[in-house]
Amino acid sequence: MGALEEKAVDLVSGEFTTPARSKSSGLSWAMRGIYIIVLREFRRFWRDRARRIGGFAQPIMYLALLGVGMESAFKVFGGGDVPYIKFMYPGILGLTVLFTSVFSAISIIWDREFGFLKEVLVSPVPRSSVALGKIVGGSITALIQGAIFLVLAFTPWVYGFSLDTLWKSLAVMPLIILMSLSLTSLGVAVAARMTSMEGFPIVMNFLLMPMFFLSGAFFPLQGLPRWMEVLTKIDPLTYGVDALRGIMLRGMNLAAGMPGNLAQFAAWFKDPEILRIGLGKGYPDPSALSTMAQQASLPAQAYPLWLDVLVMAGFGAFLFALALWQFNRAE
Amino acid sequence: MNGYTVEVEGLVRKFGDLVAVKGVTFNVDRGEVFGFLGPNGAGKTTTINMLCTLLTPTAGRATVDGFDVVRHKREVRQRIGLVFQDPSLDDRLTANENLDFHAVVYAVPHSIREKRKRELLEMVDLLDRADDLVITFSGGMKRRLEIARGLLHHPRVLFLDEPTIGLDPQTRRYIWDYIKDLRKREEITIFLTTHYMEEAEHCDRIAIIDHGNIIAMDTPDNLKNMVGGDVIRIKTEDDARAEELLKEKFRVNILEERDCLCFEVERGEEFIPRLIRELDVPIQSISLHRPTLDDVFLKLTGREIRDDEADGLAGMRQMVTRVRPPFAR
Repeated sequence: MGALEEKAVDLVSGEFTTPARSKSSGLSWAMRGIYIIVLREFRRFWRDRARRIGGFAQPIMYLALLGVGMESAFKVFGGGDVPYIKFMYPGILGLTVLFTSVFSAISIIWDREFGFLKEVLVSPVPRSSVALGKIVGGSITALIQGAIFLVLAFTPWVYGFSLDTLWKSLAVMPLIILMSLSLTSLGVAVAARMTSMEGFPIVMNFLLMPMFFLSGAFFPLQGLPRWMEVLTKIDPLTYGVDALRGIMLRGMNLAAGMPGNLAQFAAWFKDPEILRIGLGKGYPDPSALSTMAQQASLPAQAYPLWLDVLVMAGFGAFLFALALWQFNRAE
Repeated sequence: MNGYTVEVEGLVRKFGDLVAVKGVTFNVDRGEVFGFLGPNGAGKTTTINMLCTLLTPTAGRATVDGFDVVRHKREVRQRIGLVFQDPSLDDRLTANENLDFHAVVYAVPHSIREKRKRELLEMVDLLDRADDLVITFSGGMKRRLEIARGLLHHPRVLFLDEPTIGLDPQTRRYIWDYIKDLRKREEITIFLTTHYMEEAEHCDRIAIIDHGNIIAMDTPDNLKNMVGGDVIRIKTEDDARAEELLKEKFRVNILEERDCLCFEVERGEEFIPRLIRELDVPIQSISLHRPTLDDVFLKLTGREIRDDEADGLAGMRQMVTRVRPPFAR
């Protein structure tokens, strides 16, 4: 087995005779708990073929059906030649991470229902390490799912097979980790004291659906009514999706922030000659045109990357603390 | 430290208004097999859960191997093995993987882990199934695996909560064979709960628990002596004459309140031959009834242990709901 465990075993040898000894190695007990719970979570995930296939097939379905459907719709409604799939891809990535993370916590309820949780809770490893193991384990499975989904980014229908796509895919990994840690914490916080297997999906869907729809994963958050705009700003997932999209569409380079067609327009109308001809032929004023162009194009990123990351981290820290607290309180 | 492995003093646990355990006090000697006997809902599992640190007592104190179950949770946990009433295995893992999990969380050193796993799987006859998923196991096999797992870290005390509930009689006997065998091999104290009278007979000492109180505590033999001697029931061609003779000649105590010719004697099996020899009335049938723990319970509570099974189950569900889901088995 792993090196981590070897180390932990070295710290506590076979016999436990004095309480002082085991007290001094509280950290090693915690590491032991995290290690084995993560390992188990991973084993179970890998052994469950339905989960593996489903986890891969579902985002493809979203991307294929919704992406193609919406792209056609956008064309009809005058969005121009908008690459909707490119816009939506980071949203589906967020969705995959969201659902995998949050629903991995159902294993806590599952374990309680089938008794295994007792075996864990009565063992000498501290409870917080059990919760931590669940969070880390769930995040790893979410990361794996995210990584599988990222393979699709290399297909010609999305971003194409290029070095650029590779760098972008690597750049979103830390974001996915951050997102999945905080979302798994959310799942654990809810599941920690819940005893009903039927109740968990209901509660979670009640929480997740609005979170998801308001995040801007499927449609741009533009021209919304005031109340809805406020809600999208409260939704922590908005910032996650925003950051993912920013990186996938623009890369990490914050300076190259302008949407493509807008930049083109701007360059075009800088030339006074072209401007004169344009106005003479009845084209609208360039300033108005550029506003129109901005509205028609799907925006890459609404907030600066640092704000996105900050909000996600703050949200994550809060949920993480909540999860540990709830799990410690559970009987 | 004294010789007691488990010391319990005035232990109380409330669930809201319901007082599940009403201040129990007892000690368990090192190496003893100690049984908690009582109907469902009497507070057995609640007591075990407090002793193994899963529930915090409302009042009172308890120590296991000298460590307080509230203040020194980890030390207690290292020293106990548990077999719960309901299965607590991960059935999507193999038997081996379940044992591995246990070995890691109980810090069983790598060097001896494989050897010990082998030994225990051999003991419970599961060596050939070690790499099969637990989901393919029968109820008895799961229970045996749980016993093996509970022993993997060489605990000082093994807690068995209704170890044979829901198992067929044959498996039940096997499990008792393992438990007895275990006592011979290892220096271990066994604490078990049961509502099967036959099972309680295997214990060195029994505490009878009812409505959260210990109402009697002694060896099975002493408890049975409490209810008196053996009861002999006879049927003769002339019961009136026989009764007269029994009173005059044998000077036995006729149990008038019963709907038969029944009487109590000290050693039933020795009395019967004498009765056949010396009673002039032709006998049609004789039956001998030795007191069982059922009789003890009947005498102490006025009820049979299974009388309020339905009641007790409902009561227990109520309590258990707080720890487990309402639809749990």
